[in-house]
Amino acid sequence: MTYQAEFRVWRGDSTGGSFESYRVEVHEGEVVLDLVHRLQATQAPDLAVRWNCKAGKCGSCSAEINGRPRLLCMTRMSTLSPDEPVVITPLRAFPVLRDLVTDVSFNYAKAREIPGFIPPAGLGPGEYRMQQEDVERSQEFRKCIECFLCQDTCHVVRDHEENKSVFAGPRFLMRVAELDMHPLDAAAEAGLDRRATAQDVHGLGYCNITKCCTEVCPEQIRITDNALIPLKERVADLKYHPLVWLGSRIGLRRKD
Amino acid sequence: MTEVERYSYDVVVVGAGGAGLRAAIEAREQGLRVAVICKSLFGKAHTVMAEGGIAAAMANANSNDNWQVHFRDTMRGGKFLNNWRMAELHAKEAPDRVWELETWGALFDRTKDGRIAQRNFGGHEYPRLAHVGDRTGLELIRTLQQKVVSLQQQDFAESGRQDQARYEARLRVFQECTVTRILKTRTSGGSTTGGRVAGVFGYARESGRFFTVQAPAVVLATGGIGKSFKVTSNSWEYTGDGHALALLAGASLLHMEFVQFHPTGMVWPPSVKGILVTESVRGDGGVLRNSDGRRFMFDYVPEVFKGQYAETEEEADRWYADQEHNRRPPDLLPRDEVARAINSEVKAGRGTPHGGVYLDVSSRLPAEEIIRRLPSMHHQFKELADVDITREPMEVGPTCHYVMGGVEVDPDSAATPGVPGLFAAGEVAGGMHGSNRLGGNSLSDLLVFGRRAGLHAARYAAELTDRPVIDEAQVAAAAREAVDPFDETRIGDGPAENPYGLHQELQQTMNDLVGIIRRAGEMEQALDRLAVFRARAARAVVEGHRQFNPGWHLALDLRNMLLVSECVARAALLRRESRGGHTREDCPGMDRNWRRADLVCTYTGDGIDVTRKENGRIRADLLALFGREELARYLTPEELPLATPGPPQQTDDASDSQSGAGQ
Repeated sequence: MTYQAEFRVWRGDSTGGSFESYRVEVHEGEVVLDLVHRLQATQAPDLAVRWNCKAGKCGSCSAEINGRPRLLCMTRMSTLSPDEPVVITPLRAFPVLRDLVTDVSFNYAKAREIPGFIPPAGLGPGEYRMQQEDVERSQEFRKCIECFLCQDTCHVVRDHEENKSVFAGPRFLMRVAELDMHPLDAAAEAGLDRRATAQDVHGLGYCNITKCCTEVCPEQIRITDNALIPLKERVADLKYHPLVWLGSRIGLRRKD
Repeated sequence: MTEVERYSYDVVVVGAGGAGLRAAIEAREQGLRVAVICKSLFGKAHTVMAEGGIAAAMANANSNDNWQVHFRDTMRGGKFLNNWRMAELHAKEAPDRVWELETWGALFDRTKDGRIAQRNFGGHEYPRLAHVGDRTGLELIRTLQQKVVSLQQQDFAESGRQDQARYEARLRVFQECTVTRILKTRTSGGSTTGGRVAGVFGYARESGRFFTVQAPAVVLATGGIGKSFKVTSNSWEYTGDGHALALLAGASLLHMEFVQFHPTGMVWPPSVKGILVTESVRGDGGVLRNSDGRRFMFDYVPEVFKGQYAETEEEADRWYADQEHNRRPPDLLPRDEVARAINSEVKAGRGTPHGGVYLDVSSRLPAEEIIRRLPSMHHQFKELADVDITREPMEVGPTCHYVMGGVEVDPDSAATPGVPGLFAAGEVAGGMHGSNRLGGNSLSDLLVFGRRAGLHAARYAAELTDRPVIDEAQVAAAAREAVDPFDETRIGDGPAENPYGLHQELQQTMNDLVGIIRRAGEMEQALDRLAVFRARAARAVVEGHRQFNPGWHLALDLRNMLLVSECVARAALLRRESRGGHTREDCPGMDRNWRRADLVCTYTGDGIDVTRKENGRIRADLLALFGREELARYLTPEELPLATPGPPQQTDDASDSQSGAGQ
């Protein structure tokens, strides 16, 4: 049940760093975060890592394990080969602060650029009526735990720092979709066209639907299929004549 | 002197969970400048882990529900030790707080007619919990977070959208920062005793840099203390910071002996032991069984709840469809009862292979329904334990989940008596839940009293004519205290202590000796050990530097965990009865005389002092909501009302209650 694993952990800060190797005992049922904690308690007390709930609910312990963006608390050791070193690196798309901790302020800046829910005029607290089937689409997107793995993996920014200023990333394009699909959001009445801003302000056009974001999502939200593609379709609505568009789509549209 | 960054705000909120963010929003909407300081990233607070829902008597699922019924359930759950005024305000205002979230964009699950759906939960007479599947806490935190952002957007827009810093002009979140001291003014005699709040001292986790925020009002909203126990559903943040900050600032804590062990935590594999399994599993039909397959909860209905719960499996099963004519299953007794029952079954040798009992929903609901209603649980067991809950039962056992005890506050204003300018709300505040909290009453507590704390902190700050000045001697002392763990020379020749090792020993001690079942001898032993730990913690030494150094952070958190652990152990030793989240094997009965007593902890400068304080009489119209026979189980004969008073009167709820909805 118990074995010795080799961990190769990136240690360093904004000025640079390198991998350090550790040998650490692994017990049955453990996740990678357990081993990081064991390293802290026994060999590397100042190893910096973010974590909170250790139950996959808060999205704090994001890092890259063998090059794949993952939550450390939801990656079981039994899914990794015991004979190969476990390589842990900080999220690549964000600047390193120290060891496995990165500066994720990009995400908070992007969150601020998206206007929030606009309550409908004339409906007071307690008067909202919505059908379950109508809230379910947005509810899927609100499962997001803001681990930012999708932001980390997305090609648009992962290898293109220059795109960060014009691209909100999958998490926040999904936020636009969530609000756009909210049954009672009154953006239009307030003169805000969420679809147009998705394209013009938040960089939806940069997304080329490779679905990498969906693959890494620990909440298994179908970001591409259910948020980004429909949002692109809605943007397209704006760009073509509605009747022409309708004619071209009849019979093709998925049931949501 | 060490470099210290300086800020100045009107109100400082420590903690960015449900209570902290709700307080911050309120204080900002009152027109004040507000700083929120939180240990984690914005939006990661422990509130995200709340699963089941928010209790509020909106009467969407059962039209018989109202605030009086909710009040009654809350008092029963807390075994009548609750601060009745808090329980009253909570029951009355919870619906408004939930509806308000909808206007900020929250999307709760719906009833057929489009209103907010409500689910059953332990101790609640009617389906009362507004929810989003089993991730309600995440919805709450995200909604409040997004409301904060939208207020920041307003400030930015009003400033002409030029300067990014304008986003934070009136409401700023200092994320990944830890507050280590509340700063106070000195009285004319030079003492801080009797002084008022002047601000806070803390450090930024990322850089290790120190800062002060000058502010006349501080709201503590730091949550709980679970990280002092080994098996816990709580995250690393739950180190009792606010409890300790309040003690050190001269405030008092009450009810610290009452710690809730949630009956259903995961028990296997060892690395996930303690992770929460939501009560919704039982609310939605799941049942507890021992290794003989027996639904053992029928054997554990205590005297005070006799007659209120189903006595046969058939009646219990009928209740899910027809609540008018059947009584609820005993699986849905309040949490303290269920946790004790599980503990007894395991001890009697009827546990599962990994030392829990079975919680089975697989034989009770179709697979697709389980996945729809309990998606997080399905995911959690599949990912972490290789268990498919649609096909097989879960193994569960008690886990340290919540502390009922906390900072003593005025029920209406959340202000601490004795420390002007200090407020507390949410789990860090005490009194609301008495000896045991009902599931679902936590999220509503956060919102109701978070708002009240923000409102009254804002009023207090606005009414002051002079701003309190920060005392530099306290800043220097706080800075010295914070860098001590790096200074190996301070410990002389003795051995240096590893903070990680100390923490593990503390957790083991609290778990084993002041855990779910308590005995005087063991608690005395725990107090002896705590004294040793305190001496050892003074010798903790950490490596490296101040930039994002978890070893250092833990060394500083140890002070807080040791203080609150001492409160729990001392109060638990003193209370010679069993009630709610305090079970004494050597004093097994509930004693009506003890109901009248609150145990109050203060810091002496050297350790914890506990005194017994009589709590006030419950208002007559609230007592009239209960039958005399039931009251006699809890109250002494002289406390019982003489005659039946008239119907409950509409009492004034002061000017700070909003609309009368839900009343």
